[in-house]
Amino acid sequence: MQAALDLANAGYYVYMVEKSLAIGGRMSQLDKTFPTNDCSMCIISPKLVEVGRHINIELLTLTDILSITGSEGNFTVNVRKNPRYIDMSKCIACGECTKKCPRKVDNAYNENLDKRKAIYVQYAQAVPLKYGIDASECMYLTKKKCGSCKKVCPADAINYDDKPEDASFKVGSVVLAPGFAPFKPSEFETYRYDTKDVITALEFERYLGATGPTMGEVVRPSDGAHPHKMAFLQCVGSRDINRADNGYCSSVCCMYAIKEALIAKEHSGGKLDVTIFYMDIRTFGKDFERYYEKAKAAGIKFVRSRVHTVKPEPPAGVKIGYVSDGGVSAEEFFDLAVLSHGLVITPETKEMSANLGIQTDGYNFARTSTFSPVALSRPGFYACGVYTGPKDIPTSVMEASAAAAAATSKLTPARSTLTKVINIPAPVDVTGEPPRVGVFVCRCGINIASVIDVEKVVEFAKTLPFVEYAAVTMFACSQDSQEKIVSLIKEFRLNRIVVSACSPRTHEPLFQETLAAAGLNKYLYEMANIRNHDSWVHANNPAEATRKAMDMTEMAVAKAALLVPLKENVIDVDPTALVIGGGVAGLNAAMSLSSQGFKSVVVEKDDKIGGQANRILSTVKGENVAKYIEGLKAKIADDPNISLALQAEVDSVEGYVGNFETTLSNGDKVKHGVTIIATGAKEYKPTEYLYGQNPQVVTQLELDELLKANDPKAIDSNTFVFIQCVGSREPGRMYCSKVCCAHTVHAAVELKKLKPEARIFVLYRDIRTYAQKEDLYKEARGLGVIFVRYSIDDKPKVTESGGKLAVQILDPVSGRKLLINPDLVVLAAAIVSGRENELAMKYKVPLDEDGWFFEAHQKLRPVDFATDGMFLAGLAHYPKPMDEVIAQAQAAAARAVTVLTQPKMTVGGIVAEINQTKCSGCGVCVSVCPFSAISLDEKGKSVVNEAMCKGCGNCASSCRSDAPSLRGFTNAGLFAQIASAL
Amino acid sequence: MSDFEPRIVAFFCNWCTYGAADLAGVSRLDYPPNFRVVRLPCTGRLNPKFIMEAFKRGADGVWVSGCHPGDCHYIAGNYHARRKFVLMHQLLESIGVEPDRLRFSWISSAEANKFQAMARDVVEHVKACGPNTTFRKEDLKLGLAEVA
Repeated sequence: MQAALDLANAGYYVYMVEKSLAIGGRMSQLDKTFPTNDCSMCIISPKLVEVGRHINIELLTLTDILSITGSEGNFTVNVRKNPRYIDMSKCIACGECTKKCPRKVDNAYNENLDKRKAIYVQYAQAVPLKYGIDASECMYLTKKKCGSCKKVCPADAINYDDKPEDASFKVGSVVLAPGFAPFKPSEFETYRYDTKDVITALEFERYLGATGPTMGEVVRPSDGAHPHKMAFLQCVGSRDINRADNGYCSSVCCMYAIKEALIAKEHSGGKLDVTIFYMDIRTFGKDFERYYEKAKAAGIKFVRSRVHTVKPEPPAGVKIGYVSDGGVSAEEFFDLAVLSHGLVITPETKEMSANLGIQTDGYNFARTSTFSPVALSRPGFYACGVYTGPKDIPTSVMEASAAAAAATSKLTPARSTLTKVINIPAPVDVTGEPPRVGVFVCRCGINIASVIDVEKVVEFAKTLPFVEYAAVTMFACSQDSQEKIVSLIKEFRLNRIVVSACSPRTHEPLFQETLAAAGLNKYLYEMANIRNHDSWVHANNPAEATRKAMDMTEMAVAKAALLVPLKENVIDVDPTALVIGGGVAGLNAAMSLSSQGFKSVVVEKDDKIGGQANRILSTVKGENVAKYIEGLKAKIADDPNISLALQAEVDSVEGYVGNFETTLSNGDKVKHGVTIIATGAKEYKPTEYLYGQNPQVVTQLELDELLKANDPKAIDSNTFVFIQCVGSREPGRMYCSKVCCAHTVHAAVELKKLKPEARIFVLYRDIRTYAQKEDLYKEARGLGVIFVRYSIDDKPKVTESGGKLAVQILDPVSGRKLLINPDLVVLAAAIVSGRENELAMKYKVPLDEDGWFFEAHQKLRPVDFATDGMFLAGLAHYPKPMDEVIAQAQAAAARAVTVLTQPKMTVGGIVAEINQTKCSGCGVCVSVCPFSAISLDEKGKSVVNEAMCKGCGNCASSCRSDAPSLRGFTNAGLFAQIASAL
Repeated sequence: MSDFEPRIVAFFCNWCTYGAADLAGVSRLDYPPNFRVVRLPCTGRLNPKFIMEAFKRGADGVWVSGCHPGDCHYIAGNYHARRKFVLMHQLLESIGVEPDRLRFSWISSAEANKFQAMARDVVEHVKACGPNTTFRKEDLKLGLAEVA
């Protein structure tokens, strides 16, 4: 969805092919998302609606790809649209068909834990919100019996004769995002998934979900009782080459298990006893480590052990057999066991890769390189999400934007040639005219009219002040009703419209378009939700429901009469980007922008570009970084769209989205439409383990530099001790630096290959070689690298005597102290933020408590700031490996292009305005505005920047003298609503 | 007092609780028809005067509901609302309004069941308080005609 939106908003026409009934994917099944515990549906549904309504996204549901022929820039996509048996243009999603359908089928959305009907919507918030018939289950389609849905459908939308239809269309690039399936534990009897009280994590997620089979109640499936004690078994189908043959780590299971454990505990009022059996806890993302600490503090037990036996204990519960850390066998009873199953590529996706000629790795994930993280082996094909490796939602979203950038990098000449624009007639100015309100009361077939006396509502509406016209419609949203409303607006010179029907959340944009088509300002519209909030919930009380519908209509009319036309202004956009930071992130962002035809100025405080990457030897995939940086430098030097400002910093900033002006420390003034912050981070200078005291103690990056220079200090050493988590995952820096484990393991493997006789010890707390990087860990152990775990309470001790180093550590397996005499000690020093407080203040963007720049939303807006026109990429956001840095940089560019591509931007509408005669300049509105949209002008009075205001109304409700007002939600309008509610 | 049906004004934010009410409709979860909803972009838009106005106009109860902490569509609007609400609650209590007449809740757009339960609970508690006479001695029905 993110890729489609970024592409469509950048001026490209998008075909979105989805094989199921509706978009939304796996995220729509989740209850909450880690680490913020945001409600998954709440944050995904605005995206669903945006995709569904986008004029330049053509949604093809129930559609399979047959083949893609041609080459980069000129592909022909052949698809098969499978029958839905419902006429989408007629279906009003009233649900009458589902009510009457006699055929019950396992509900895949709820992981088959309950039933749905053969005619169904995937989930209540699905987009498109249109029913479909499951052909293999429908009694009419299979046996020509029943037909009850056709009889009850009030919109005559059922079409049993629907047939598959083949189609083809031409595209310039292809983005593949087929996702994953959860690993099926039924394949291995060890997990005893055949037992009722052993369930998968996704099933448990559905139990936790408010829309799940038990509506959020946590139950033990065998008897429906509340569990008192439950266990999570990690790495089911992951990190297992013994049976599952999935050697990789699924990256997300540790976090989702902690999330489910925390939420389950919350549901139980804290009483639930939860144990998580794990191999390594891999909480490596932004704010993940704190989440882990929070779980420990909440009393969730973490036991490091791979469970060997799951034994059903009829009638309910299971016994779990495991060997504890100290080597003792134990058996424990649990009411419920949840299998934290990994992510796998489905056989269908594997087949698709083969058919399309996409190279994959041994685990069927599509192959990519570190330096082009979203480009696939077939030119013109790009990818995002789990298709290229297991990953979480924010990383998938970053890749989606990156794929949008990469997919259009060669299509720039075609931009805005195929996209459609909505033609709106010039609006009629109704300012100063007395309100003439038109009221349309919708029957919604029988959805409203079977409960509410709609005629009575209409008669009542006619008595209300300013109402010139009121009538009943069958389906207000149908095409013919819309046309009728347009002609009635003209005929009766209506200048305010009220529709009493369903929810403004789903239908307001549609009716606003109708107003616009009739030449009315679209903000002269108000809606009364007499279906969702009335007829559907008060079906047993028609009299009260009718009274409520009358009140609601009165409230809407009262507010509508006071509405005024709202202006949308157009501002110019300077099509240049300012990129702050000339490291890998900044340079990639600039190059990506350049490939789209946009200029950028890259500001770098150092005297050379490349940033921290200048120090790195090679990537974990073995790619040479120095060569890559040289290539980058050459490309940048030749690129007329990129100018560099070296040894420069940001001095002062003015303006806002579309029109920034930044003055640099070298005196240059840069006008730019967007800003990308890519200021990077640095390596922590350790104070521990004799660093700085003994020359043979070095950091990871220093080791890379030694190896690059073939320095004998590294090359001639024979015994190496790597110490992990130096300065990370400790109080004061409670985060994982994410890259060090893979970096260390990679270095150990390379050293072993260089000198097979070398003795290498890695002292670690948890090895976090997530995703396919787990293979490296396996390789290192195979080569004889010795991994010794330590706990934070008993860190290794590095001492020196006569210049000779000694490292002492307690081996938790044997319980004995080890003494190692290394030639070189390598410290995996933390990555620390630059704490760019000043820069953050200048651009009015926030930092989190560790000093990382704080994005607009941790899940779905990972490269945007809440402030429009501001984006971020790279380590300034959080530590991450180079492939993720580059993906995020390309993503930032893609997001920036959605602004830069429009020569003019529309601002205004529902935004705040200040009555300056009332304003005392106290600054309360400035401080409560979450978007920094209000400032004090030279007279000391507040002014709203319409380009930055999002219309929340915090200012309007916080001012003691009522100076700010939120257009569309004015005090007068809201008071009128309150008065007519009573 | 058993046949007393309270009149309640509810202020819901568009993104969370209004969505929960929509979903309650889709799921056909019935609840008492005693309240009328004023849709706000954010509970942060809730001016304390709106609560006073509702009581002054004869509302027996007021219910304000928005997004869970951290879920706010506008980042922090619900936190601002919470601060205002706490003060308002104390103020009303000090002038003799029963605390149960005013309710604040967090309901996400997926929590239709919670919405239903809360709707029932709010109505029940306001019902127990009896008619609101603190602000108005008589029960006056004020219509649009008077404000227009």
